[in-house]
Amino acid sequence: MTAHQLKSEIVRKEQLAKDIIRLTLAAPEIAVRAIPGQFMMLKATDKMEPLLRRPFSIHQATSNGLVQILFKVVGAGSKFLADREQGDILDIVGPLGHGFDLPDDPSANLCLVGGGMGCAPLYFLTKRLLTNRLEGSLQLYLGATTAKELAVVKEDFENLGVKVFAATDDGSLGYHGFVTDLVAESLDKELRWQFYSCGPHPMMNKVARFCAAEKWPCQVSLETMMACGISACLGCTVRSSPAKLISSNKQFLHVCKDGPVFDSGDVAWTTAER
Amino acid sequence: MDHGREINLTTHIGGGLILRNPVMTASGTFGYGREFSDFVNLHHLGAVVVKGISLLPRSGNPPPRIVETTGGMLNAIGLENVGVEAFLRDKLPYLREIGTPVVVNILGDSLDDYAELAEILNDIDGISAIEVNISCPNVKQGGVAFGTDPGMVRAVTRAVKAKTSRPVIIKLSPNVTDITVTARAAEEGGADAVSLINTLIGMAIDHRTRTPRLANVIGGLSGPAIKPVALRMVWQTARAVKIPVIGIGGIMNAEDALEFLVAGAAAVQIGTANFVNPDTTERVVDGITRYLQESGCQALQEIIGTLRLC
Repeated sequence: MTAHQLKSEIVRKEQLAKDIIRLTLAAPEIAVRAIPGQFMMLKATDKMEPLLRRPFSIHQATSNGLVQILFKVVGAGSKFLADREQGDILDIVGPLGHGFDLPDDPSANLCLVGGGMGCAPLYFLTKRLLTNRLEGSLQLYLGATTAKELAVVKEDFENLGVKVFAATDDGSLGYHGFVTDLVAESLDKELRWQFYSCGPHPMMNKVARFCAAEKWPCQVSLETMMACGISACLGCTVRSSPAKLISSNKQFLHVCKDGPVFDSGDVAWTTAER
Repeated sequence: MDHGREINLTTHIGGGLILRNPVMTASGTFGYGREFSDFVNLHHLGAVVVKGISLLPRSGNPPPRIVETTGGMLNAIGLENVGVEAFLRDKLPYLREIGTPVVVNILGDSLDDYAELAEILNDIDGISAIEVNISCPNVKQGGVAFGTDPGMVRAVTRAVKAKTSRPVIIKLSPNVTDITVTARAAEEGGADAVSLINTLIGMAIDHRTRTPRLANVIGGLSGPAIKPVALRMVWQTARAVKIPVIGIGGIMNAEDALEFLVAGAAAVQIGTANFVNPDTTERVVDGITRYLQESGCQALQEIIGTLRLC
């Protein structure tokens, strides 16, 4: 797998909501190779503060050499990036990591569950899934805190011809409550589903448990603090599940290389249930 | 100005080992070399220092292992590595083929561990030198880090030297009162060179949750934040020992590297900068070359240890 380091121009900047930004970047070498679920390490400034790159999952990669990232301003790194403008140059390394495994069976029923900015890689995944097939069902669930954070992205998914089951914490759009509860209430359990999920850790934890109980396969895209993204620093560890520990003899997995997309059964889900 | 002129960048880092240029990678920041092959022409580096190797594989510390701090980062990776057997089987063949000198960084819990590693590596082709990480705790002697006790530094150096014919570089810990004391202890033990500095022990706290940001509570600080401390220690050490000194600590670009060379370092190691810009090492080689061309030098040696004191 080849990764590239390149200077990339911001060709478009969209403010989708307060603190939610979508950047379109010219990165032909990355766009042509990217697989849904893979990520890029971005440096928004030549200055040494903030020092480290930040990982961003690829929201979309187009055949005309563009990649997109979708993010919410949460800290110093994303703030710096949010302050960049169209025409500015970013330094990007990518595409990196192990992405989503696409279904071998075109008749598989697929369920995608995204929470917050976790919807970002699911858009790329959905587009890729739609180009390949589909014979089975594709059901898409998106959760957010409030309607404003969800509206624009929901529309993008709908423009692909996909029905979006939406949930918001405040009930301002769709189901009032957690997206995981909406999944549990509305998904046809008579069918066998293959899950893809990306979002807050507690949400994915719930999805993982739900799938484990039903014995459905589930892939999750994880996020951790990361320094290099290329498996040199070994900083981005998550604990292996007991089963994975036995099968691989590895106590820890590295998000940048073994992931960011993991089989949900390979990861130890340690945080308290949301 | 005279651009494009050939500059002699070679440098001697002890025990007869001559590098084509003074730019090395710092252990633990460059994997086993291959991780950077998409970004750096490994042929252009002075040497590749690999991730520290122990006798047996180590899985390292629980997460979180890293945290960004002002001008740097803290890490508590916990010396995760594949172990010497897998290193020789899976990692070394690739580097051997590249042909750039390979320096194997070793670590252990006891003098015997270090001696055994040195002995195993002595029989292997394609290893140019051994770098000894002495910042690990000596399990058999109450867990005091080897690198903080001059007697133990001398002993570990002797133990490794006794088992290898390869040049031995002792990587010094900065977490001491006077680094020239441990540097001289390494020299007395027969070290061919010293490299410094390893990370400075620090910590970061989340005051809202009142928890440490690293699971290990404390970790090693690296990055540009530590450069002034590293420069000072390299300068002091270069005056205190006769063996070559390899400068490490917060080098982000060629200018930083040149500062260490002027302070007396025969070579430098690039660490945290590899995470920030994976092509840093090669850019530092180019930058040093350009500087020497522009300043009318013929050879790198013309600037090493040339600090002018006012």
